[in-house]
Amino acid sequence: MKTKTEIPATPLETTQTRTIKIFGVGGAGVSLLEALNGEDFAGAAFVAVNTDAPSLAASSATVKIHLETKLLRGLGTGGDPERGRAIAEEQFAILKTACEGADVILIVAGLGGGAGSGISPVLARAAKETGALVLAFVTLPFLCEGNRRQQQAQQSLEQLKSVADGVICLPSQKAFKLIDENTSVLDTFRITGGLLVEGVRGVWQLLTRPGLIQIHFNDLCALVRDRHSESAFAFVEASGAGRSREIVEKLIAHPLLDEGRALAESDAVLVSLMGGKDLTMAEVNRVMEQIGRHCEHAQIIMGAAVDVAMKNKLSVTVIAAKQNSNAEPMNVSGDSTEQVSRNSIARPARCVSQPQTAALEQREQLLKQHASGRGRKAASKMRQTQLPLAIISKGRFDKSEPTIHKGEDLDIPTYYRRGVVLN
Amino acid sequence: MFDDSNIIVGLEIGTSKVCVVVGEQNAEGGLNIVGVGQSPARGVRKGEIVDAAQAEECVRNAIVEAEQMADVEIRNVYLGVTGGHIRGFNNRGVHPVVSADREISEDDVQDVIKNAKAINLPAENTVVHAVRQHFFVDGQDGITNPVGMLGARLEVDVHVVHGITNRLQNAVRLVKGLQLEVDEIVFNGLASSLALLTNEQKELGALVIDIGGGTTDYVVYADGVIKYTGALALGGDHVSNDLGHGLKVPLSRAEKLKLEHGSALVDEAMKGRTLTITNELGMPLKTINVEHLQRIMSLRLEEIFQIVAQDLEQAGLADYLRAGVFLCGGCARAPQIAKLAEPILQMPVSLGQTNSVSGLKSALDQPEFVTAIGLAKFGSLKTRKREGKPSLAQGIKGVFGKLLQRS
Repeated sequence: MKTKTEIPATPLETTQTRTIKIFGVGGAGVSLLEALNGEDFAGAAFVAVNTDAPSLAASSATVKIHLETKLLRGLGTGGDPERGRAIAEEQFAILKTACEGADVILIVAGLGGGAGSGISPVLARAAKETGALVLAFVTLPFLCEGNRRQQQAQQSLEQLKSVADGVICLPSQKAFKLIDENTSVLDTFRITGGLLVEGVRGVWQLLTRPGLIQIHFNDLCALVRDRHSESAFAFVEASGAGRSREIVEKLIAHPLLDEGRALAESDAVLVSLMGGKDLTMAEVNRVMEQIGRHCEHAQIIMGAAVDVAMKNKLSVTVIAAKQNSNAEPMNVSGDSTEQVSRNSIARPARCVSQPQTAALEQREQLLKQHASGRGRKAASKMRQTQLPLAIISKGRFDKSEPTIHKGEDLDIPTYYRRGVVLN
Repeated sequence: MFDDSNIIVGLEIGTSKVCVVVGEQNAEGGLNIVGVGQSPARGVRKGEIVDAAQAEECVRNAIVEAEQMADVEIRNVYLGVTGGHIRGFNNRGVHPVVSADREISEDDVQDVIKNAKAINLPAENTVVHAVRQHFFVDGQDGITNPVGMLGARLEVDVHVVHGITNRLQNAVRLVKGLQLEVDEIVFNGLASSLALLTNEQKELGALVIDIGGGTTDYVVYADGVIKYTGALALGGDHVSNDLGHGLKVPLSRAEKLKLEHGSALVDEAMKGRTLTITNELGMPLKTINVEHLQRIMSLRLEEIFQIVAQDLEQAGLADYLRAGVFLCGGCARAPQIAKLAEPILQMPVSLGQTNSVSGLKSALDQPEFVTAIGLAKFGSLKTRKREGKPSLAQGIKGVFGKLLQRS
């Protein structure tokens, strides 16, 4: 067994209040990390994790972790997540060391293969054990990549959900809306990667830029927790005079939001606005109003921040989460209680004043949801769904034309419709 | 045998029973009931025929019974129709008076009525009634007979009752299959109101609610004319069905329980009281809570009244009904029904009495017969009108025509 840590994992001391580490896991993750590294992510530590030496060698990440055993014979996981998982468990201590010293850990991976699907959940657990908040950005494979990869991806996603604070996933299939007949495979992968990078950048800005109306990381996690199998995100930018109008238009037309349908269907939406010093309250108001109109049923969490570098520009990150009833994670890892207590203690210290526009009780609810993550899940597991056993017989009117009055079928006994209990 | 030119027959094919009333028009134009026939109906749901063969048999039985009782041969009937598809609305016709002296002539009146009756209905609908309300002369309201008045613009309101042609024709075809002529089809609710209301009550404003087996028909009179009609496919059948469902007994048993122990209001004395159902050998089968029975029934009837009340409220007629509400139909027999309806409709409610006809007293006192009596009354009004007008020559022609028709 041989473990190679090319550069010692030292947490980077930055001027920011929290240290953020970005992990790229697996082939896709490492290459996505490349894309991130070039961008304006000053202050973040990049860690590349893979079982495949050549991909690591090409990476410019500050820390590279090469997971390797004799078992793999230098050939990587061979697309088997179990192998990736096994090797990650074996090298758990190393992963944990790499995670240490960070407040927030972002995991970027492409699910469906061996390394990404196998290692990411284990890495997330290692990160949790060091006490960091974990947010995972993952892509799901294209449908054409086959059933097996889909299943592996789904399985890994479930595992990831149960350990990470939040998972934002991007089904690659959605990128088909962005490409045409002539787009090459390479370009397509670049586009999906680009979308994910945009998402990471949005969250990055959310976390690092001084917020006027701040979104706490807990809010973000509470939003994506348990819902994320269908969470959609979009990052758009606009500049110039009519930027607030333009940005909403772009947002609605964004392919990842299904022409605004994702907004309409979502039940929780996080909106983060970022602008230069010239960002006006009227603009914030206009954007929020428009977005609010498109998602009437959702609870909206909004934040706004100012970045001096963003002259004349406005960028909006939207994460829309939809409750997915059958996406409830089945295996809840044991460490969530620790995490709960940690969060509740850590909260006041992290918490800056929060002039939130979201209603207070909504926030309370979110927090409660977040804090009692475990209990809630346990309770929902216990819940027994009601079978429609009480079949309402219409008796002699079974086959005749129903008497409908104001949408009510009057052939059904009145006492039954009014819920009068006879005992 | 009678000379049956004065015989007028009303036939109602109801959901629970078929009812035939034979009336004889006396010299003064009044109606005298001389025969009644009835038969429990089968093959009828919510006031409409669903099994023509069964229904035909029932109609035949009822007709035969009435013929025997009245000792006449029935050839023509006024047929009552109902069903959830029947609707009523008010329509206005306009006609400019063109004569030089601006005097309104009989022709102008005919024209304006014709205009008012020209209504845009869906292709599958036909007009059952178009009843004249009031005339307006140059916008002046409340004129009953404008002939001879001066004016430039004559208007009239008509109340139109319409329904789906095919569904109306089902009943007509059935009756024609029995070698009977249908003089006219009449909306049941309208017939009931004719039987119950006096002219004075019509002037004051009254509401007639006929809660039958399958449908509830209601008609509003105000200022002497029909203002509103409605039909709701709810009735006594629903009460029985609810009871069968709630008490878990067969429908036939539920029907019997309704008649024997039903009440529109929950009787305080009945609280906690139970009934034991026995089979034909006297063995106990099931125990039933009387309070539950009455509560289920009360809720259903209450709902029917609520729907009617809401409908009238929307039509803005609630304040016109100074004579109150008159109930008829089989469900009007339910004990305490007036007491149940009064707070909902916020008007005095009473059971209707067929005052305007004479004859067999036993038939007249039953709320179930009101519609059929009303149908005969409708017929008598029609014939009186027809016979009052024609000249001698036409009269003779009519008599000969009838003679020829008969042979």
